[in-house]
Order: sequence, then structure tokens, then C-alpha cells
Amino acid sequence: MSAMTLDQLPQGKVAVVQSLTIQGELRRRLMDLGFVPGAQVEVEMRNPLGDPRAFRVMGSVVALRREQAAGITIALSEESR
Amino acid sequence: MSANPEIHSSVSLRSCEKCPLHNAANLRRLGVNTVGFDHVVALLGNPNTGKSTVFNALTGLRQHVGNWTGKTVARAEGAFHHRGRTFKLVDLPGAYSLFSSSHHEEIARDFVLFGQPDVTVVVVDATRLERNLVLVLQALEITDRVVVALNLMDEARRHAIEIDVRALSRRLGIPVVPMAARQGEGIPDLLRAIEEIVSGAFVPHPRQVNHQSESLERALSDLVPQIEAEFPHLPNARWVALRLLDGDHSIIQAIREGTLGNVDQMERRAMPSLNRPGLIEET
Amino acid sequence: MSPGEAILSRAATLRSEFGAELSDHVAESFFTEASAITRDTVQREGERGRMTLDRTIDRVLTSRALGFPVMFLMLWGVFWITIAGANYPSSLLAWLTMDVIHSWLHTAADAILLPAWLSGFLLDGVYLAMAWVLSVMLPPMAIFFPLFTLLEDLGYLPRVAFNLDRLFKWSGAHGKQVLSMMMGYGCNAAGIVSTRIIDSPRERLIAILTNNFSICNGRWPTLILIGTIFLGASAPAGMATLIASASVVFTCILGIIFTLLVSAILSRTWLRGQASTFSLELPPYRPPRILQTLWTSLIDRTLIVLWRALVMAAPAGAVIWLTSNIEIGDTSIAGHLVNLLGPLGWLMGLNGVILLAYVVAIPANEIIIPTILMLTLTLSITDPSLTGMASAGVMVEFEEGTIQRVLSLGGWTMLTAINLMLFCLLHNPCSTTILTIWKETRSLRWTAVATLMPLALGGIVCTATATIARLMGWV
Repeated sequence: MSAMTLDQLPQGKVAVVQSLTIQGELRRRLMDLGFVPGAQVEVEMRNPLGDPRAFRVMGSVVALRREQAAGITIALSEESR
Repeated sequence: MSANPEIHSSVSLRSCEKCPLHNAANLRRLGVNTVGFDHVVALLGNPNTGKSTVFNALTGLRQHVGNWTGKTVARAEGAFHHRGRTFKLVDLPGAYSLFSSSHHEEIARDFVLFGQPDVTVVVVDATRLERNLVLVLQALEITDRVVVALNLMDEARRHAIEIDVRALSRRLGIPVVPMAARQGEGIPDLLRAIEEIVSGAFVPHPRQVNHQSESLERALSDLVPQIEAEFPHLPNARWVALRLLDGDHSIIQAIREGTLGNVDQMERRAMPSLNRPGLIEET
Repeated sequence: MSPGEAILSRAATLRSEFGAELSDHVAESFFTEASAITRDTVQREGERGRMTLDRTIDRVLTSRALGFPVMFLMLWGVFWITIAGANYPSSLLAWLTMDVIHSWLHTAADAILLPAWLSGFLLDGVYLAMAWVLSVMLPPMAIFFPLFTLLEDLGYLPRVAFNLDRLFKWSGAHGKQVLSMMMGYGCNAAGIVSTRIIDSPRERLIAILTNNFSICNGRWPTLILIGTIFLGASAPAGMATLIASASVVFTCILGIIFTLLVSAILSRTWLRGQASTFSLELPPYRPPRILQTLWTSLIDRTLIVLWRALVMAAPAGAVIWLTSNIEIGDTSIAGHLVNLLGPLGWLMGLNGVILLAYVVAIPANEIIIPTILMLTLTLSITDPSLTGMASAGVMVEFEEGTIQRVLSLGGWTMLTAINLMLFCLLHNPCSTTILTIWKETRSLRWTAVATLMPLALGGIVCTATATIARLMGWV
């Protein structure tokens, strides 16, 4: 299992949040939105121009720009590998 | 038996509850007239959970509601009268968390923490319970007097999501009222739950989150007495201590300026000035 | 050391002992607890099925091929319905308020022996200005606002923000600026207040300075009317409403382009800085409650905006009546001002009347068209068949065809119409908005920039189109 960040998650795969490498206010914000270690995430959709993408996490759909998604380390979950 | 949280748990779809005559018998909407109230009720909740809809249903006001984040950026106040008591209702900006990261979340947090509402109603989206419960649990760290308005039950039904309201209420130790505020469902039950909290008929036994860290508890027992000595009127020193350990800038600032606990002053502070030198160079 | 400082330094020491893990640990423990409770109390059967529908809609609305076209068509559709639907009720209201009731009021005024100057001031100034606003604005607003509110209730607006974010990121602005822009489409003052959702002061200022490029309630009726009577009327029969609504959509999109360009310039010069983060929750679609939406948008928006317009129209009508009737030398005050502003107006492809109207209408954009018409009638018209209908300072009601005739006699061309639409987009905010900007920024400098920058842009753009049109020999 190779380390991967959320911006690299392909559509249709389910992953689990491992850790947040981002610091400061945004770390807090992402955690508040549900990006906590152990949470399941998947790609919900992407914008017509490719970025940002929207992710399903904790039952909500949250849009993140690529830079923010890159601050979240994930692992593909068993079922989708 | 009214102290039993379970009485709130039945999903009320009886048609007479939706009838305006039934509501009018007990509820008198007072609009913006908030003078001379007996109790203060705060409305807290994640964005898009229908706080403003609940607010409008209770006060008869027409706060603009919209299905998107940030429609309410400041707090709105209204009032209603229910069975001999007058309530001031405060609609707070949508907040994901009381560990605030944004200015309008700070407004919500400061009010729950320092405004000392008699009841805090946390409006919760039944279709996204997990993330919404985080806010409920955080609110319970600050105050015991919480009622959960389990809103959007109609949407939950549409998505075939079943919630064991009884079990939820038992687990949290506070009343949970299933609602569909847009349809007017559950408003009488919410009023009853609020009334029972203020009258003392229902004593909440809230679930406190166990942070499972001895060193954390040690640090808290070090700080809390100091804070209590300095700010004797603070409702929840433990929570302030937790925020200090987290390095919360606004709380630090408030202690430094002596405004900790003064809602209005803290609210003014929450909005950053756009008129200070050095802004332009800021990156 | 004060007790407060003692607490703070103790907390700082403890904090450094824990390191960053502490706050993560606390945050996670809430989620762990929430997950456990949810697991025990929630059952989801067939949830996937419904969620799949939402997801399918979302994938279409944000897809590479359809995302932008659907947004465009949605906007066009809204204006098409508004223009097509407002036509008849508008002329009915105009006939009722300005023809029937106005003459009835005059009869009543004569009956109680009201002096002519007072009945002129009250009925031909104040009352007619208000009647104008009512009949021109009420029907389109009563159609446009409910439609817009339906889109809002449904949850479409955050998808627009999601679609446009890439462009806003390019411009160095915050993703949530789109949301304050959307609020601006209702009212710029409300849009300015809603910029509070943007935490970074730099990006919030950019959002405040560009909010005026969102066309507000007060300006939609002007665009719709000019689009209908000039651009629509010049189109082949049957296409009129389509072209008219397209011209409004085009102006709106131009506003978005200006928002992006000005944001980009500001974030690369004066307000330099990194584009901060973007995290936006896209709420689930909710079936709109149509009757309730119609009702609340009528109360919340239509009537409130109308009330504001009427309140503003009354004093403006009075000012117009007075300036048109008080003479200095052998010309009215209004006449002097129009002559003064004339050359600048000509340069911008407009005229002195329009510029004077914009000065009068600083308190409320809503009264632009009535003011222009009345000034045009009193000052420029030489056709006796029309002057016979209008004495000095009187706002008189006309069928739509006649409005165009009046304006043509006032020297209007297609260039004037197009430039008026451009200037309607690009000019200073109304006085309420200016006051709100001051309250939110507490800075004279930024208030001045927010006020004058769009005005300067309007001058530049209108002068450019006028010069090009003249050089090319189009007018």
C-alpha cells in the first residue's frame, strides 16, 4: 500500500483518511468538515475545468481545491483495491 | 414521567399538530419584540440544517432561508411566547464546530459559551447525523441544557434512513425532537422540550466525550482552577482551558484584554478590521 | 504579571509539552464518539439509490461538456420567462396607475381647490414617479425573484460556485466570493455584508470591491426594459424576447468577466497575496416547496425592494419636478445641468440626460428609467403630439413603442441603448451600498475605491465602445 494524497484519488475508488499534513487554521477546518483519520472518502464529482473536485465524506459533499486535497494523506480501502 | 427523554422520541405526524389552530393555542409569535423575556434560547447548527426555518416557525419572522452555506452571517433575534413564558430566540450563524476556525463560527461559539442561553437547541440534519453529532457533543462540553432538533426527517424518510430517536436521546442524555421544520412538523414537541428544560421538569444527563488522555486531564486540572479564580462568572472554565491548550487565538486575546465572557465585545472583535495598516502586504 | 498573563503563560508551557497532537486528539475523540453513536442509532436502507440520483444530477450540472452550457441556459431561461411574462401586466399596471388613477387624482385635487403648483408637485412629481416604479418594476420582480429563489432553494447556487471556482482561483480570489456575488444579484448591500464568510481580509476586500459588478434588483428592470424596447424590438419578429433576454444575460456575464478581471488585477497589484483555501460544502438537493417559495419571495424580496423603490422614488420625483420647473435665466435648472453634462455624455455614447439621471438616482438605481424618460420629455422633445401630453416635469405613461419613440426623439440610437446597459452594469453603487461598504471596512479609502472604480470603468468602457462605433461608422 503506497502513500497517496487525496488529490490523487481516482474517481470510483473509496479511500480512508490516514493523516493531515496540512497545518494551521486549514487543518482545523478540514477536520471540522469531517476529514479526520479513519473517515471514508470518495470522489463525488469534478468541476468542468478539472479543479476543484468534490468529495463525499461523513455523508456530505465537500469541494476542495487541489492544493488542499494534497494535504490529506489517504489509503485505498480494501474493497476498492 | 415528563422527565423521561423518551417521550420526545415518537415521530409526530398527527395531522392536528400541523394545523395552525393547534399551534396558535400554545405558541404566540412575537416577531422582533424581544423586550422583557424570561428565557434565552440559542439556535445552533451546521450550515444547511434549517436553523433559520426553525427560527421563522417559532418567531413568525422571515429570516431569509437558502440552501447554501453562509446565508446567516450575524446573529438574528426574535421572540415567542409559549404557555406563560416569553422566550428570546437567537439564530446563530451556521457552524461546523465550536473549535471555531472562522469568524462567524466564533460568533456562534461565543454566544453559546458566554451568552449563557437557558437552552441551546442544536438543529441537526437527520440525513447527515454523524458529522452533525460532533457539534452536539461539542455543545455538551459547554452546557448541559441542550435540546437536539433532529430536523429534515422528511428528507431522511425520502432517503430511507431510519433513526432510532429513542436510543439517540438515551445515548446523548438530552431530549431529541424529530422534526420537519419546513412542513411545520415537530414544532410543538420542540416547544415542549424547551419548556421542560427551563422549568427543570427534565434534567439532562449529557454524555461527555471521554478524551482518554491522562496527561490532558492533568493539564486541565492544572489550568481550570486558575481560570475559575480569575473569571469567577465563567460558565465553563474547563472548555476555556481546553481551548487555551489548543492555542485558540481569540480566547487568548480575550483573556489578555479582559473581555473574556463579554459576548458583545467579543463579537465586535470577531470581525477583523479591514482598515489596519499592513493589510496590503499581507500574504 | 497579571493573573490573565499568568494563565496564558502556564497554558503556553503545557501546550508546548503536548505538541500538535493534542488538538488532533481532542477533535478526533468527538468524531469517534459521533461515529459510535451513529452506528448504533442509524439504519440506512436503500440510501444508495437516492444518493445516486443526486450524484447523477450533480455530475451532469458540473460536467465538462454540460456544466457551463446548463448554467447559461438556466440564466437565459429565467430572463426569457421574466420578460415574456412581465410584458402584459406591466402595461396594465401603467394604464391603471398613470392613466386612470392619475387623472382621477387630478380631478379630486381640482375639486378640493388644491393650488396648481402643489397638485403639480404632488401628483405629477411625487405620485407619478412612484407609479412609474410600481408598473415598471413590480411585474418583472414578481416573476424573476421567485424563479431565482427556486434555484436557490433547490441548492443550485453552490454548484455554480463550484463550477466557477477554477476561474476565481485564477483571479486570486476566494472561492466563496462567488456566494457573495450571488447575494449581490439580489442586493449589493446584502452582498457586501455576506462577504463576512470570507476569513482572509485581503480576499474579503476584493469581494467587496467587485460586488458592484453583480447586477442588483434595482438594475435588472433597467436592463430588461432597455433590452426589450431597443435590442428586442430591432430583432426579427418572434425573436424579440429571445434577443432581449440574451442581451440581459450577456450583460450579466460581462459582469462576471469584470469581477474576475478586476479581482485578478487587484490580487496582483494592490491586494497582492496568495489565493487562500477553498472548502465548500455542496448541500444535498432538496425538493423546493413551490407555493411557499412564491409566497416568501413575494414578501421577502419583491415587496421589500418595491417599497424601497417607492420610498426613494417619491423624493426623486419631487427633485425632478422642482429642477425642471425652476428656471434660471430662460432655462430650467435641469436644463442647465443637462447642457453641462452633455459633452461628457456624448463622449461616452450616452447623453446629458442619462448622466443627470444617474446623479439623481444615487439613492436608488430603481428610478433611472423613469427619471430619464421624464427629463427627456421635458427637455428634448419638440414633437407637438408628445409635448401636448407632457407638461414640464411630468412623468407620463407610454406604451412600450412610445417609450422608444420618446427616446429616439431625445436623440437615442442603438449605441445609446447598449451603452446605457453597459453603464448600468458599470457605475457607482447606490448610497445604501456605499454606506454598507463604509460600515464593513471602516475605511474611507476602500469606500472611495469601491465607489469610484466601477464609475471610472464605466466611463472608460462606454467611451471606448462609442469611439469604436463612431470610427466604424455604425452610428
